[in-house]
Amino acid sequence: MDTIVKEESGRFVKDDTRQYVGTSVNRPNMKRHLEGRGCFVDDISLPRLAHVVYLRSPYAHARFKIVDTARAKAMPGVIAVVDGHEIATVCTPWVATLAHMTGMKSPPQYPVALDRACWQGEPVLAIVALTRHQAEDALPMVEIDWQELPVVDNMETALLPETHVIHPELGDNLCFTKVIDTGDVDKAMAEADLVVEETYRFGRVTGVTMEPRAMLADYHPSDNKLTVYHACQAPHMMQDLYARHFDLPENSVRVICNDVGGAFGIKVHVYPDDFATVALSIILKRPVKYMADRLESFASDIHAREHVVRARVGVKSDGEIVAFDFDDLTGIGPYSMYPRTSAIEGNQVLTISGGPYKHKNYRARLDVVFQNKVPTCQYRGVGHPIACGVTEGIVELAAQKLGMDPLQMRMKNVMPDDGYPCTGASGIQIEGLSHQQSLRKIEEMMDYQNLRKEQAELRKKGIYRGIGFAVLIELTNPSAAFYGVGGARISALDGTSARLEPTGVVTCHVGVGEQGQGTETIYAQIAADAIGVDISNVKIVTGDTEATPYGGGTWASRGAGIGGESVLQAGKALRVNIRKFAAVVLQKDRSQLDVAEGHVVDSSTGERLMALSELARLAYFRPDTLPGDTRPELMVTRHAAQRGFPFIFTNGVQASYVEVDTETGFVKLLKHWCVEDCGKVLNPMLVDEQIRGAIVQGIGGVMSEECLYDENGLLRNGSMADYLVPMAAEMPDIYVAHVETPTKTSELGAKGAGEAGTAGPPGAIMNAINDALSPFDARVTSQPFTPEKVLQALGVV
Amino acid sequence: MAKSVQIVTRINGVEGTYQVDPRLHLVDFLREEVELKTSRVGCEQGVCGACTVRLDGEIIRGCLFLAVQADGREIDTIDGISDQGELRELQQSFHDHNAAQCGYCTPGMLLTAAALLREKPQATREQVREYISGNYCRCTGYHSIVDAVCEVLELHRQPSAKSA
Amino acid sequence: MKAPSFDYVKPDSLDDVLALLAQHGDDARILAGGQTLLATLNMRLSEPELLIDINAVEALKGIEAKDDHLWIGALVRHSQIEDSPVVAQHAPLLMQAAPHVGHRAIRNQGTFGGSIAFADPAAEWPVCTVALDAVFHLAGSQGVRKVPAAEFFLDLYTTEMASDEMLIGCEIPFSPPDTKYAFQELARRHGDYAIVGVAATAQMRGGAFNNARLVFLGMGNTPIRALDVEQLVEGKAFSDDLVSQAKQALVGVLQPSADLYSSANTKMHLAGVLMGRVLKQLAESA
Repeated sequence: MDTIVKEESGRFVKDDTRQYVGTSVNRPNMKRHLEGRGCFVDDISLPRLAHVVYLRSPYAHARFKIVDTARAKAMPGVIAVVDGHEIATVCTPWVATLAHMTGMKSPPQYPVALDRACWQGEPVLAIVALTRHQAEDALPMVEIDWQELPVVDNMETALLPETHVIHPELGDNLCFTKVIDTGDVDKAMAEADLVVEETYRFGRVTGVTMEPRAMLADYHPSDNKLTVYHACQAPHMMQDLYARHFDLPENSVRVICNDVGGAFGIKVHVYPDDFATVALSIILKRPVKYMADRLESFASDIHAREHVVRARVGVKSDGEIVAFDFDDLTGIGPYSMYPRTSAIEGNQVLTISGGPYKHKNYRARLDVVFQNKVPTCQYRGVGHPIACGVTEGIVELAAQKLGMDPLQMRMKNVMPDDGYPCTGASGIQIEGLSHQQSLRKIEEMMDYQNLRKEQAELRKKGIYRGIGFAVLIELTNPSAAFYGVGGARISALDGTSARLEPTGVVTCHVGVGEQGQGTETIYAQIAADAIGVDISNVKIVTGDTEATPYGGGTWASRGAGIGGESVLQAGKALRVNIRKFAAVVLQKDRSQLDVAEGHVVDSSTGERLMALSELARLAYFRPDTLPGDTRPELMVTRHAAQRGFPFIFTNGVQASYVEVDTETGFVKLLKHWCVEDCGKVLNPMLVDEQIRGAIVQGIGGVMSEECLYDENGLLRNGSMADYLVPMAAEMPDIYVAHVETPTKTSELGAKGAGEAGTAGPPGAIMNAINDALSPFDARVTSQPFTPEKVLQALGVV
Repeated sequence: MAKSVQIVTRINGVEGTYQVDPRLHLVDFLREEVELKTSRVGCEQGVCGACTVRLDGEIIRGCLFLAVQADGREIDTIDGISDQGELRELQQSFHDHNAAQCGYCTPGMLLTAAALLREKPQATREQVREYISGNYCRCTGYHSIVDAVCEVLELHRQPSAKSA
Repeated sequence: MKAPSFDYVKPDSLDDVLALLAQHGDDARILAGGQTLLATLNMRLSEPELLIDINAVEALKGIEAKDDHLWIGALVRHSQIEDSPVVAQHAPLLMQAAPHVGHRAIRNQGTFGGSIAFADPAAEWPVCTVALDAVFHLAGSQGVRKVPAAEFFLDLYTTEMASDEMLIGCEIPFSPPDTKYAFQELARRHGDYAIVGVAATAQMRGGAFNNARLVFLGMGNTPIRALDVEQLVEGKAFSDDLVSQAKQALVGVLQPSADLYSSANTKMHLAGVLMGRVLKQLAESA
């Protein structure tokens, strides 16, 4: 029930108290999943549906010639065997660079390779059959000649003169390089009381979404219309890409995203086999479905986070950080990934490292090099886990060397809570954060002092526990500064159309969809509050380019902040229109009316005057009863984009408590804490769960996940049995608390929350393990921290 | 071309006769022949648990069981079991704790949790974590799932629950 | 991936199974629990022409306590072993190992016989059967022959069984009443194939190890019994010193290969640590 309050003027007004926003509302759209009744791409069937299987290169680098496909074509159920040349007749190639990433280079790429495969797993031929079984039966029947080429499998030697250049026309294996140089790092380091240096390694990882990548392309030749059911995060971006590359009018392409079984950035990119599957539907004039099987996923889903970073920090003896210096080398695939590019992750490492701190001297260098491995691109957190890992690693090492408590070290150096807006040393513009408050909160939350006591006691008994911290900032709510300025057609604008239906319920069409994070629920909360209806009467429509306003989709944690803002504005505008129309119908002044609980009410007393269903009935079915020029508009559209700041940063701090078995090298994660400031919290439970899920996903890369390659560029562990994702038994309980520093750049005040969780574990857990190992003067710096690496640090093996 | 085999199987309580290719695993059979989309494929290696269904009341990996083996057996999938009402408490608890996000692992996770409730009514939090370790979830990080299952375990341990 | 094409037959007698095996040889595979076979087929790592489903052969089922031994039929599911009071009483080593065998859904289908016949070097039942002096019954065209577990596992995925033979079950002799059991393994994640594991038994008399059995998984192509260590600890009480000596003796016994995540050196070290913990567990359960 809305509260009526008395303003200073004496007027009674409805208190703009949030009813749903800010509370932990259950997700209505979870119900179907609890019954198993979700609708994923593979659940969809169409008449004449065909299935495609891609013949993928078994070599990391090889020229190939398709010698004979006749036997494959003759196999039962096979409809067509299609090569890259034929697909190229309907689909144009692409180059994955962005104009604002100066100097970035990548060669043109085709949906299916024409004559050279550059990574193990690259599609070289398509086989379309009535069933997936039959298509797979035909794969070994194809005769292909392979001519292996030298393999670039090591990013650390990729730029050496003796190393083979993958694309000779580019001159070298360098995709992108950049330096940020602020202040005078060399001088500051020279004047520092202590300079600490360490090199950190991060293993290549991949997303392993529960639902593998899937799409169903349905081209209708008579209408020249393409419909794609796609498990993806950005339907409008896909619509734009398919329209342009297949030369179709934009509004002849419809992309539909129903339920998506996990995305995490893996499904925000357009894959060569996406284009190929659409091409096949066009060529064969029938619907074609492609679903990656799990083995294919490991060799074709984007990988990420393969970095080696040399970190240096200069500190004064009182703990003040005077300079950071980072050198980041990252190894991507043989092509930059389209359309967001594979240099963004490294670019983020440059801009985010050192982020929480006050230092004025900052230098960071990035080299992004091509390799003959699976292409890489944005994966949840995008660079933040690396940036935070190296920053927090070197800061805590400095604290250790100074004999300073690591929490005190952070307190001394973080940007003050009252010092905003400000610009960080890497050039980031920060609106407002709460590092100090968050640090105080986590100290209290984890009962830090007692934890240290416990650690000391147990150490005497030969039990080695460690505590580690990671302070982080996270980029969310991106403006066009991310992609638009670089020429990418990825929308920075999002919209909502809100409609009052004749029965008084509300439907909101929103350009941003969800893949399980609860976006539809928070939109319903916002809309219900903004309009004045019960949340159970709000339906959210997303995930269909034909049924929603144009939008950017889900990435860089923008759904709540940007999508949500458009919902708020549309909802508010609808409420205004309802009041305007009600004023005419009830013959009162608009200021005397408001909307609450699905009714038009007296704004002073709250008395119900007319049900919205009745108001809507008049508008839709009885305009004959309305005065002359009354034009009720019970559907409104509003848009929102991030303006003012290029991005809105959030902040947080995480802590990890571990126990290291020094005999086996096994690390037990005892507990994990996180204080998160994502601005206005729309639904605490959903934010908590985003953070927990992201933390565990981050833990994966820290403790056990790594795409292991041999010297021939072949993936050694590309299966669920050998690539070790976190399972329940080894994961800690995760405690989450919130601080709220709303953004003033929107009325909603919400920042993003979906990714920040991944940024903390690399630093927090590495620091905790190193804290546990400190009695042994042993350190680990290469993730994932396998038992062997811990034993090696201890000098045991 | 392999000889197809006739099977008679009861799926969610409904008996049917089917002619199946021996190589078709149970989940593909359910999805393609019976057009029941509620059990899923995630790895076809038996590791991820997305394919978990019930065979004669016990959980199995549907991707490691052939349709031909279902002859004379009873298969139950999540939707059928849910409609019987057996999972109500678990589903409510999952809902309240937000123990599902994308929903892909949820059928397998719920059926596994239901088996735990039956087999280990005294399970500790750690034992719950161990038991559901055969079900991969990438979205939740497991904490809320464990909370949800523990809540129902606790509910069943209340003296008043004995009569339920 | 989708399995390649194969034919399917489901005989209901052991004789019929043997006849089919004799007829088809290597072109046929036995389908028992299928937890390994079907994963292999799904990945097209194997392309048999015929699957012989033995799940209707009643003679292969059942757990029974006989006069002086426990009988476990080849088709007994891992979960049946896990839940069996008879096993708990007569072969508690298997109870300790059972929770490590995959996960419950796998255990509901996977069979004891299948695990023994496949002989994965990291499997749990093979080392347990060696530690318990189990005897396998193999049926062939010539009748049934008995092979002690210690002689059964020959090499990687290779057993004493001929291609026209079938494992029908296993006798596990009752151990002396003062026998203690310990099973431990180290795995990155619960339920995964272990890096290293130890199945151990001993009679603890007056605090000293008697008649100890120490069998390692994951440290070679087959279960490896550390005879040198067993002899070393005979008649001795547990002590840190004894463990040190045992670790030294172990170096001569085990020659592990590196795996994806651990070098041979690391595995050797882990084997020593685990052995120490198992010896301690045996001593403390007295």
